[in-house]
Amino acid sequence: MTRNSRIGLVLFFLYLLLYGGFVLLNTFWPSTMDSTPFAGVNLAIWYGFGLILAAFVLALVYGFLCRTAEDER
Amino acid sequence: MIYTPSFLAVAIFFLFVGITLGLSFYLGGRAKSSAGYFAAHGQIPWFVNGVAFAGDYLSAASFLGICGMIAFHGYDGFLYSIGYLAGWVVALFVVAEPMKRLGKFTFADALNSRFDSPGIKLAVGLSTLAVSVFYLIPQMVGAGVLVQPLLGLPHWAGVLIVGAVVIIIVVTAGMVSTTWVQFLKGSLLVIFSAVLTVMILQRGFEVDPSTPEAQTVTITPDGSEIINGLPKGKGPGEASLRPVGTVSQLPDGKTRTGPLGLIEFFSTLQKSEVVLWTSSKTTAKDGSVTTTYSPKQTPGSQILRPGEHPKFKGIRGDQFSEKLNFLSLMLALFCGTASLPHILIRYYTVKNEAAARKSTIVGIGCIGFFYVLTLYMGLGAMTSGAMDVTNSNMAAPLLAKSMSELLFAIISAIAFTTVLGTVSGLILASAGAVAHDLVGCFSGIKLTDHEQVRIAKITSVIVGAIAIVLGILFEKLNVSYLVGWAFSVAASANLPSLVMLLFWKGVTKQGIIAAVVVGMTSSLGWILLSADTYSAVYGLPAENALVPFSQPGIVTIPLGFATLVVVSLLSRNKQ
Repeated sequence: MTRNSRIGLVLFFLYLLLYGGFVLLNTFWPSTMDSTPFAGVNLAIWYGFGLILAAFVLALVYGFLCRTAEDER
Repeated sequence: MIYTPSFLAVAIFFLFVGITLGLSFYLGGRAKSSAGYFAAHGQIPWFVNGVAFAGDYLSAASFLGICGMIAFHGYDGFLYSIGYLAGWVVALFVVAEPMKRLGKFTFADALNSRFDSPGIKLAVGLSTLAVSVFYLIPQMVGAGVLVQPLLGLPHWAGVLIVGAVVIIIVVTAGMVSTTWVQFLKGSLLVIFSAVLTVMILQRGFEVDPSTPEAQTVTITPDGSEIINGLPKGKGPGEASLRPVGTVSQLPDGKTRTGPLGLIEFFSTLQKSEVVLWTSSKTTAKDGSVTTTYSPKQTPGSQILRPGEHPKFKGIRGDQFSEKLNFLSLMLALFCGTASLPHILIRYYTVKNEAAARKSTIVGIGCIGFFYVLTLYMGLGAMTSGAMDVTNSNMAAPLLAKSMSELLFAIISAIAFTTVLGTVSGLILASAGAVAHDLVGCFSGIKLTDHEQVRIAKITSVIVGAIAIVLGILFEKLNVSYLVGWAFSVAASANLPSLVMLLFWKGVTKQGIIAAVVVGMTSSLGWILLSADTYSAVYGLPAENALVPFSQPGIVTIPLGFATLVVVSLLSRNKQ
């Protein structure tokens, strides 16, 4: 396995935890999504936006960690 | 609802089509060889490819379907946005670089890289065709939906126009023109969605003091339409449906909010009350069918939480099968993106693995940004006072119409190019599968470069024609729901082989062939026997369905993995 795929897998499992948490909360404890933890906006929206932002941030982290000699040439 | 086509809308629409076609003819010369036709010579800059990913991926289902679903039912449509984006994480972290390293023109190339087996080419070529055609249906339906209000043409005409334009794009310059059309569309879609969102926030919410009344549409046995008890039309003694989508109450008894911030938009809606619409059908003795649309005052807190759409209600119920259905859908969305053939072939248009990676990151940025906007646009449409109660797919363009005619014209034209971009990618993926994978398997002849391109062009025309017919037949289905199915089939048929090939040395060609065939047939079979298909396609009672829930992914994706492992172990021992 290459270095990049190892980094990829770690980040993948990290995101899987976040996404899996969201899906399981929605499926088995949907009422938790109604609570408004911050600024009068409910958890469904915060978590949803958080997932989208997290995907982008992790993508950037991956891009940063995978800079290879090939890129720098 | 009756739409009046505007001259401006028609002009902008034809301008867009003209630019798209002009671009295709201009680029035609660059796609004469198979490397040019199928993979644009691997010369597309990574940034352009990244935006083209967005153009390829953000289909009519995303723009029209999700916005419509949010506008009619609230938060639930946004679950699709979240799932569709999450799939890109799989694409970037697991699939992107190996796809570029292993393949050449098609997805089958990558799976076949270790084996050189005609069987793999055949199985994967067929699954590519199946997934692409499944994905094509909602795009074509979306096209018909758009052209109706825009040009005042019937649904079938819209489908036909899209089909014809796309066939020209794909036949003239293959992947080269497809990429640039997708780049153009991806940028325009994201930019104008942002403009629309800013306008929604500027407008804020306003209470409509009038009391909403129920509306009826009756279709008589002779096919004529009666609206609210009067013949359909705009003249005296005639009636057309009233536009809907109003706020009935704002927090602290206010009547209007004025401009709102990004967060304030939700916190205000959370404490407001909005009029949503439910529909019910009755059939009279003379055979006329009446659909009654009834207003229902709904608290904002209910609109902004999951589990209100009929398809998602199950998560708030006690039935375990309903909960499984939801899990299954979210799993298919997560696994589906990285298995869609028309997305995967885009990895061959850049020069190396680093470019594949960078373009995916750009893609995630554009697509993620757009999906955040879908929630604002959907809720903006819900409260715009301009919605067509009979058609959720029109929510986004009608929202634009409530702002200005010009914006409506631009948004409709962009939505139309949205369809063009995605459909071109799908047809190209199908053409590649036939010309590069299938024909070689059946005839056993090695095709020359030019023969491959010629066959790909002929296939494009045939697949385009099939897409036109299906788009006309499936007029009534909500586009985002159908795309959910395509994801299930793609994830079940393709993902197990792709992932196992990358991470397990024990994979055999028999294992791959079996996994693709079992994944594809089981997921397709499941869908055809599901309650949703029973009621929406066959017109049969949903409770007669043979499978316990509608979304196959949670059963058929693990089944694909299990098949691959078992068959690989068995066939390896034999060898």
